[in-house]
Amino acid sequence: MKEGRPRSFYVLAIFFAAYVLFLYGPMIAIYVLSFQGPQGGLTFPMNGVSTYWLTKLFQGTGIIDLGASFRRSLLLGVIVMAVTVVLSVAAGMAFRRKFRAQSILFYSAIASLIVPSIITSLGISLEFRIIDDLIKTHWNENFETSMGLLTSGLGAHLTWTLPFGLLIMFAIFNRFDPRLEEAARDLGATPWQAFRYVVLPIILPSVIGIGLFGFTLSWDELARSSQAIGAVNTLPLDLQGLTTTVTNPDIYALGTIISAVSFAVITLALGTIHMLNKRQAAKGSDAGKGLV
Amino acid sequence: MDTSDNILQQASPDLVRGSDTARPARAARLSPSFVSWLQAGPMMLVFLAFFLIPLVFVVIVSFWDYNEYQLLPAFSGRGYTDTFEGCIAQLPDLCTIAKTYLKTLKLCFLVWAITLFIGFWVAYFLAFHVKSKTWQMGLSLLCTIPFWTSNVIRMIAWIPLLGRNGLVNSGLMKTGLINQPVEWLLFSEFSVVLALVHLFTFFMVVPIFNSMIRIDKSLIEAAYDAGATGLQTLVNVVVPLAKPGIVIGSIFVITIVMGDFITIGVMGGQQIAAAGKIIETRVNALQFPAAAANAVILLVITFLIITMMSRIVDIKKEL
Repeated sequence: MKEGRPRSFYVLAIFFAAYVLFLYGPMIAIYVLSFQGPQGGLTFPMNGVSTYWLTKLFQGTGIIDLGASFRRSLLLGVIVMAVTVVLSVAAGMAFRRKFRAQSILFYSAIASLIVPSIITSLGISLEFRIIDDLIKTHWNENFETSMGLLTSGLGAHLTWTLPFGLLIMFAIFNRFDPRLEEAARDLGATPWQAFRYVVLPIILPSVIGIGLFGFTLSWDELARSSQAIGAVNTLPLDLQGLTTTVTNPDIYALGTIISAVSFAVITLALGTIHMLNKRQAAKGSDAGKGLV
Repeated sequence: MDTSDNILQQASPDLVRGSDTARPARAARLSPSFVSWLQAGPMMLVFLAFFLIPLVFVVIVSFWDYNEYQLLPAFSGRGYTDTFEGCIAQLPDLCTIAKTYLKTLKLCFLVWAITLFIGFWVAYFLAFHVKSKTWQMGLSLLCTIPFWTSNVIRMIAWIPLLGRNGLVNSGLMKTGLINQPVEWLLFSEFSVVLALVHLFTFFMVVPIFNSMIRIDKSLIEAAYDAGATGLQTLVNVVVPLAKPGIVIGSIFVITIVMGDFITIGVMGGQQIAAAGKIIETRVNALQFPAAAANAVILLVITFLIITMMSRIVDIKKEL
């Protein structure tokens, strides 16, 4: 190949830069606009700079109880994260050897990822409606509903986060050297010890990645929540509701806060992953330390 | 077979062949298949309870009857007949549902073509032109981060730019190119396609990048050495080898756009009818069997598209 950078490099570099600008430009616009002055509107130019709209959110705008949906989204996100991590790691371990129903699980996960969200969401809501009807006719006439944040809502979010978790586990174990585990077994470790002291420390950075995916996917999830969450709203649902009614920058302020939480979680997770990788590099080898 | 068996078998084939008793006793307290079930079972249960059974319910309910207030669990084709009302009588004019699906397919095709173009070149740049691993990581992360923030926020982010008094319009007015604000920028098919491309190009970039990064660079040099032009190398070497990524990315984008109702709702100003919107509208009107019938139709169409695409490449092999 020719020396130096070919012309196509510069063309594509400009193309890439334009894509990144396209990606970030509008988002930066609303972060900036959420600092409008009290008289400011939905568009540029800025009418003064203040944190008026951000603080107004926390005082309550009267239309919706943002504090409550904030807490609901947070609670759901954390539970989805925990369940996603545990189930994905377990299933990932199972996929390292052949077992019956392996391909059923695999295709369920892929299908769950690509069947349009509205269909999954509708299905879950129908399922719970039918369950409700059964309870009402057979057990308790006054029963309200079994739909809710931590029943149908949690299930709906898991159908979205688990496939991602499983695919990440596949990627991890593609690179994993099974001899490390073999060595542990040969040294007399039980399967649990081999997992706890050998496998888990090695895969931990990626497992944190799964947690990160689980939380942020749930935190921002809208399509699957729309029919399946029951009577309450999550933060993205409130935000979507605002898009049709509100003409003030408080919608941008809300957007900025939701993004801020996402970014904080991403930064925290990436920081932890980086720290773990450094630790692994520094302490991973026991060469020259003798037998334990 | 267990990986430990594999290694043992390589070392001394006679030791393991045909008998489980040769395993070390301590490792075999729980049978491996039982452990597998224990490990994979919980995830399977979640998919069963919240994905597979709900899908079955969608199909069943699509054949139920309904009135203004409730579901009536009796066989009826009303969900479907209501959906296709007047379709035959109106011929050769298209009925509402047919028009809606054509519109959905059109949006889908536009978004697919644009995201494929952008995604391919972005992935190409990252995979072939960015030489340092650190830069590759950093730039990929740069493309990934917006994916982790709320879609609604990324949609409404276009309002201050495209609105009647938005940046684009005021910019064009100032330069004197137009006298009146352009109205079709926001709450139009244009803004819907723009927002969908903005949201989902990520799903194209990642799989294509993954395919490209696995291409042996010496193949490309070999093509050049054999006298191929840049275009010939691209068409005959890079594209065929990146095909799995292209197909997987396409499946993601197409299925997302086919079922989308939120972006089309918000960016179309609740004016544009699309397949996903019909389902949402029917649910809001509490016409669940009709909603389910539309879901089944959408599912069948999506499934057909995926089957067609997976003919081109074995998805399972590529993951």
